[in-house]
Amino acid sequence: MNKPDTREMTMVEAVNLALSCEMRKDENVVILGEDVGTNGGVFRATDGLKAEFGLRRVMDTPLAETLIAGISVGMACQGLRPVAEIQFMGFMFAALEHILCHAARMRNRTRGRLTCPLVLRIPYGGGIHAPEHHSESTEAIFAHTPGLRVVVPSSPKRAYGLLLAAIRDPDPVIFLEPTRIYRLTKQIVVDDSEALPLDVCYTLRPGEDITLISWGAMIVETLQAAKHLAEQGISAEVIDVTTIKPLDMDTILSSVKKTGRCVIIHEAAKTCGVGAEISAQIAERALMDLQAPIKRVCGYDTIMPYFRNEHYYMPSVNDIVSAAKETFHYK
Amino acid sequence: MDHGDTSKRGSPELRAQFNIHYYQYLNEEGKPQTTLPHFTEDTALLLKLYDAMVMTRLLDKKCIALQRTGKMGTYPSVLGQEAVGVGIGFAMRSNDVFVPYYRDMATQIIRGVDIKDILLCWGGDERGNNFKNAREDFPCCVPIATQITHAAGVASAIKLRHQTRAVVTTAGDGATSRGDFAETVNLAGTWQLPLVIVINNNQWAISVPINLQTAAKTLAQKGIAGGIHSEQVDGCDIIAVYDAVTQALKRAYEGKGPTLIEAITYRLSDHTTADDATRYRPPDAVKDGWKMEPIKRFRNFLYERQIWDEEQEKQLYQRCEQKISQAVDDYLNTQAEAPEAMFDYLYQELPENLHEQRQQLINKSGHKHHE
Repeated sequence: MNKPDTREMTMVEAVNLALSCEMRKDENVVILGEDVGTNGGVFRATDGLKAEFGLRRVMDTPLAETLIAGISVGMACQGLRPVAEIQFMGFMFAALEHILCHAARMRNRTRGRLTCPLVLRIPYGGGIHAPEHHSESTEAIFAHTPGLRVVVPSSPKRAYGLLLAAIRDPDPVIFLEPTRIYRLTKQIVVDDSEALPLDVCYTLRPGEDITLISWGAMIVETLQAAKHLAEQGISAEVIDVTTIKPLDMDTILSSVKKTGRCVIIHEAAKTCGVGAEISAQIAERALMDLQAPIKRVCGYDTIMPYFRNEHYYMPSVNDIVSAAKETFHYK
Repeated sequence: MDHGDTSKRGSPELRAQFNIHYYQYLNEEGKPQTTLPHFTEDTALLLKLYDAMVMTRLLDKKCIALQRTGKMGTYPSVLGQEAVGVGIGFAMRSNDVFVPYYRDMATQIIRGVDIKDILLCWGGDERGNNFKNAREDFPCCVPIATQITHAAGVASAIKLRHQTRAVVTTAGDGATSRGDFAETVNLAGTWQLPLVIVINNNQWAISVPINLQTAAKTLAQKGIAGGIHSEQVDGCDIIAVYDAVTQALKRAYEGKGPTLIEAITYRLSDHTTADDATRYRPPDAVKDGWKMEPIKRFRNFLYERQIWDEEQEKQLYQRCEQKISQAVDDYLNTQAEAPEAMFDYLYQELPENLHEQRQQLINKSGHKHHE
């Protein structure tokens, strides 16, 4: 055996590495979407894959999101493992019917006879100064749908391991890739074909005084906030939810029971965001362990502004630090 | 209109033109209109086609009766459109994949789906979709036209794996107004998929007649837009339907790409048992529709050929009634599934966080049993 490829890379390169790794291992894995072939995807996530695996396995589809999702359902029912790319989350709505009404339901509808082991990769989130419809965070729509898994990586290493797990999962997985951190940092990734577990939260930083709960690109601000808080003598535990459906509430609850205080941070609009669900479950199961009300630092319940004002919409490190301090000092 | 006057705009070059051919072999009286295809020499096949159409007609009637007496849920009748499903069913090979909409029980039965399972489905039980045979076939699809896209996915998988088989999908006329149809026709042409799309144009999408659905002269020509072979057949002429689907499948097996078949029928029933077509449909139109219906004309043809008689007809009805009655008994005697099944097929393995809800349901349903 050759030693596995080990190098420093960005998250988008890690996505690419996971795709090529799994395509080499499993000939049922196919890629489809707009511009994923010769162009390698608008973010280059599929760069070089068509050259290596050919146009039968890396398919440039016509420009039609409904079609991309719908044929993925058909392919998956035939035992292929389609990994489809929706170019931006704002264009995902045309694909929703197939994901919500079919991919999520086929196993249940046929009592296990037909299944949909597909992955829908969707670049998402704000902060990249893009045109309208290129910056939304509407993950709650998927998280509300029974039968789906919703996974969000927050670093190159986790992008690699989680994407492998998503492709190998026997059920449909919505894999949300935060565009803002696609190239923000580099990390050593070992191409060892090792998947990371799904359905679990990752504790990124241990702490005693307060629990900060987030996922995706907001993990960057959340970790920075934790550092600031540490400088001020407040020890924050940071939980990367990672799989936002199904939720690993055990990890969240045991942390909150320990600290007694928590702040949930997400970029999506506050109302009915995934933070609301986490908050409700904490209230249901750990109310008596709380020493302060749960706080949420979220996007406003507005339409994501055009990019000149988008930084006002996004939760900032300061927002998180002040919310955490308020929670910490609550008596 | 100005833009139609080409004389003021130079002489344009003709870039594309197309024709849609309409195939009919038997007229409404069952009289051959032209030389019949070779397969009509096969008496056994002709009788099987007839048998299946009668079976479908009788089962359809039974389903409506079951719904009307509270023994089944909403049911979409296939009355008058039996030839479409039967033609498809016998043209397909067993290893092809059928991706239906919801007026397709004729095809499903021919492909080996138990009548009991069909009844279970319309009776509100998911287990009806877990067919013993035709394991790759899709279940009935409720969201209009979405199944056409799935069929293209199946066809893509088949093509990718270099298999010699094909996919047949069905839809109603209303479905041709949806993006799924247009997007799939476009893809099927581009990728030359082994796919046959059969549109059952029964003239009605619930209450909306075809002239409010489209200004196109035919639905078949919508396939031309995607560069695929497209034709129209008399969907009440079983010979025309069987022939068209057989030819289309042959093209698909030979790698010659997809086909769109528009089958002209008339919906003689309400849209479903939940619909009342007298609200929007003049009775005369239905009377005309009855003139087209497929069974009588084919029976006339069989009589004319002297391969069928009244005694055989009587025996066939008895055979069908017996089969149906047995299936209905089996259906009605099937206990409802344990309610926690709603959790058991959600994922391959139930996620940890749902165990509590599942247990709550078991406690609740167990409690109910003791009441």
